[in-house]
Amino acid sequence: MILASAGNVLVWIVWVGAGFACLSSAVAVISFSNPFFSALSLIGNLASLAVLYLLLSAEFVAAAQVLVYAGAVVVMFLFVIAYVGPRMETPWAGGPNWQAVAAALAAGSIFLEVIVAIGLKAGGRLSHSEHVGRAFGTPAWIGRLFLTDHLLAFEITSIVLLVAAVGGVILGAHTKRTAGDEASA
Amino acid sequence: MNGPGVAWYLGIAAFLFGTGALGVLIRRNPLIVLLSLELMLNGGNLALIAFARHAGNGAGQIFALAVMAVAASEVCVGLGLVVAIHRRRLVLDVDQLSELRG
Repeated sequence: MILASAGNVLVWIVWVGAGFACLSSAVAVISFSNPFFSALSLIGNLASLAVLYLLLSAEFVAAAQVLVYAGAVVVMFLFVIAYVGPRMETPWAGGPNWQAVAAALAAGSIFLEVIVAIGLKAGGRLSHSEHVGRAFGTPAWIGRLFLTDHLLAFEITSIVLLVAAVGGVILGAHTKRTAGDEASA
Repeated sequence: MNGPGVAWYLGIAAFLFGTGALGVLIRRNPLIVLLSLELMLNGGNLALIAFARHAGNGAGQIFALAVMAVAASEVCVGLGLVVAIHRRRLVLDVDQLSELRG
């Protein structure tokens, strides 16, 4: 009993630490004026989210999150930011204009709507979670689901990735040709 | 389930989504708009995984992995657009890139 409650307290401590890191790095992403620092704080956000996924016993998704986001997406962001050059922009420059106020109101109302929906509609039902086995969230379990129940989603995902890669190549190659035409003309 | 219940995770997910929406609406640099979109997708992913744990069902985790692939595709096309805009010597500002506006 004492051991179980000690484990419970430990989970709460890890949750509070990861949640605070997640929220503060999310605020940092949208408030830095240099996009380079924003991309770096996105790495902190992704790492703390991976900790939260581990607490929710989603081991494979946590590993894929770190590999795909921190390994590929953020590296690509940093490469493009270095390519176009850091362009400074102060988010709250020149006092609050109507657009920023309306944006803050819209974002706050989305947040409040979700919180109210959780609190009112599902508050009682969310208190008791299902008991899951040890295999829940492991790579073998996810792989079996992907190749049996969710095979169509798996295949469609591969097609989406292929189309996006071809689109990225076409976007890059097309502008290169027009830039060459302008230079020769 | 040890520790905090699903509602606490959903609160974090809602805050992430709201922060990302605020970033999309107030920032003018397209690179930071893309980063804020990543925040919104991550908020959705956290809610999906919390509900998957709550229901003891794997479909939420499968959906989260599919969202991750869609996010990677979106970054691929979005960064391709940013590089294309930069090559045409246009200003990287979503308020000034309004030629396609009707």
